[in-house]
Amino acid sequence: MMESGKKFIVGIFDDESILLSAVKKIRGNDVKIDECYTPYPVHGLDEELGYKRSRISIAAFIFGLIGTSLAFLMMIYMMGIDWPMIIGGKDHIAIPSFIPVAFEVTVLLAALGMVATFFIISNLKPYGKPKTYDIRSTDDKHVMAIDLAKNSKNTQELSTLLMESGASEVNEKNF
Amino acid sequence: MAEEQFQFTSKAKKTISIIAIVGVVLLGLGIFFTASDSGHSEQSGHQTEDTMDNLPVVADDLEDAHATEDIDQKHFGEPEHGEGEHAGAEHGEEHASWLKRIYANLWINNMYFVGLALLGVFFVAIQYVSQAGWSASLIRIPMSFSSWLPIGGALTLLIFLLGGHDIFHWTHDYLYVEGTDAYDEIIAGKRGYLNTPFFIGRMIVYFAVWYLMFRFIRKKSLEEDLKGGQDYFFRLRALSAIFIVFFAVTSSTAAWDWILSIDTHWFSTMFGWYVFASWWVTALAAITLVTVILKENGYLKIVTTGVLHDLGKFVFAFSIFWTYIWFSQFMLIYYSNMPEETIYFIERLSSDHYSKVFFVNLILNFFFPFLVFMPRDSKRHTVFLKIVTIIVLIGHWFDFYLMITPGVMKEDGGFGFLEIGMALIFGAAFLFVALRSLSKIPLVAKNHPMIEEAKHHHVF
Repeated sequence: MMESGKKFIVGIFDDESILLSAVKKIRGNDVKIDECYTPYPVHGLDEELGYKRSRISIAAFIFGLIGTSLAFLMMIYMMGIDWPMIIGGKDHIAIPSFIPVAFEVTVLLAALGMVATFFIISNLKPYGKPKTYDIRSTDDKHVMAIDLAKNSKNTQELSTLLMESGASEVNEKNF
Repeated sequence: MAEEQFQFTSKAKKTISIIAIVGVVLLGLGIFFTASDSGHSEQSGHQTEDTMDNLPVVADDLEDAHATEDIDQKHFGEPEHGEGEHAGAEHGEEHASWLKRIYANLWINNMYFVGLALLGVFFVAIQYVSQAGWSASLIRIPMSFSSWLPIGGALTLLIFLLGGHDIFHWTHDYLYVEGTDAYDEIIAGKRGYLNTPFFIGRMIVYFAVWYLMFRFIRKKSLEEDLKGGQDYFFRLRALSAIFIVFFAVTSSTAAWDWILSIDTHWFSTMFGWYVFASWWVTALAAITLVTVILKENGYLKIVTTGVLHDLGKFVFAFSIFWTYIWFSQFMLIYYSNMPEETIYFIERLSSDHYSKVFFVNLILNFFFPFLVFMPRDSKRHTVFLKIVTIIVLIGHWFDFYLMITPGVMKEDGGFGFLEIGMALIFGAAFLFVALRSLSKIPLVAKNHPMIEEAKHHHVF
């Protein structure tokens, strides 16, 4: 994603309602929007952008399953095979007493796995440089980025379209 | 907004009547089979070793099983009850096994549906106390459940008066006569709390206050429909808060009284919560099911998919909560391994019949809703909502079955036509009462201050 030479058209919007109508209009013109950056969550924006629901819950489920299996394997190996001990007159492998630990490991792995997955897919890594299309998106402006390579329209057409949709200014940004 | 009114059509009444008739027929068949199997129960006094092996466990087995004949001894088969073994026969206070089984079933269904009715009030109260907006559109459905409360109360008293000795071991006077064989020190020690006058007194107080609070809540909510304004909301909130405080104590004590005391020697400090959890999931599942069915029949257009999704989440979450309580109770007893506590699970796990129900209980009430309701989409589709809530409703019936039957019937518990028939009769009666009361009030609390929020309720 971070290779150089990628060109983005960046529209700056003053207001969330203008942004919402602009998203609708621009997507109506068969233009693919790469991403919108807003200072605060804008209600209904992800629907207008046509985002599908995140699949991170599937990742969480899989990590959870791994956690449950690992926990049981660990305890069965430790308590039943490697160093069998009689505790409370129970069997070496006393499944009911393993459940609380298995539950904790499940939660732990599901949570950590979900965070790790999120960091990876969001390209958040140590010393990684975040893509900043316009620093004002952290203050009071709403920013819309359009990947030029993914659209058939040229720079001129795109900036006209953005201005028509209500953008207060249009910039170009290379990464 | 137009006033929406539920029409209790003759078609619906007919369906309910058919359920009830099927229930009566099955109950009759069940009684016939059970009674003819235990017909020799008079010739008592020869408890054989092998009776445990050929007990009538399911309907299919009923015909060739003839082991129930020794019932007069066997319900004292539990070690701690050994002393009372002969006393029971001498006093002649015990009934034939089939009658006992009917009482047990009456009690199971009564507890189950009293719980549904009571937790209906609790649902309403918790919504007002938490100032919840999402549920404002369906608040009348749990309210309609609670119309069963007076009937449930009357039945509780009636069944206790008729079958109290069969259901509750502690009601026998001979247990308290010091110096005799039958004297039971442990039960006698509990006499300060577990005695018949106090028991009946508590029962009456519970039902009276529950029902009174429910009437107040219902009255205020209906007045709000006519007049509107925020006053009613705040008054309802105050009423609900009082109800919840009373409920917090009485739901536990009622569970001790009505269910825990069946296994008189045994005790569990988690039991109140356990029964509450079971009741609460049942009520949530029933509310969801009724809402979905009403919506499919063209009512409650105001209820959004988001609200259904939240109801699904509620059932999902509290199925897990129930499992958590279930497991906590099991785990502590399993781990500490004290005979007076483990007897409860030994009774249920060492019997061929109950051990099946034991695991069925877990599968229906935990694994099934947990796995099916985990994906988001299954909580938003009426088909899944219906399947899961029906399974959960059946599952929690088995939960109550498992709480009550082993204590009452000892090893002689069975599952057959009798159980199904009784459950159908109770279900039909409950449905009739609830739907009739629903048809008399506006289906939507139109002047509820949060109704707009419910209308636009939207979850991801």
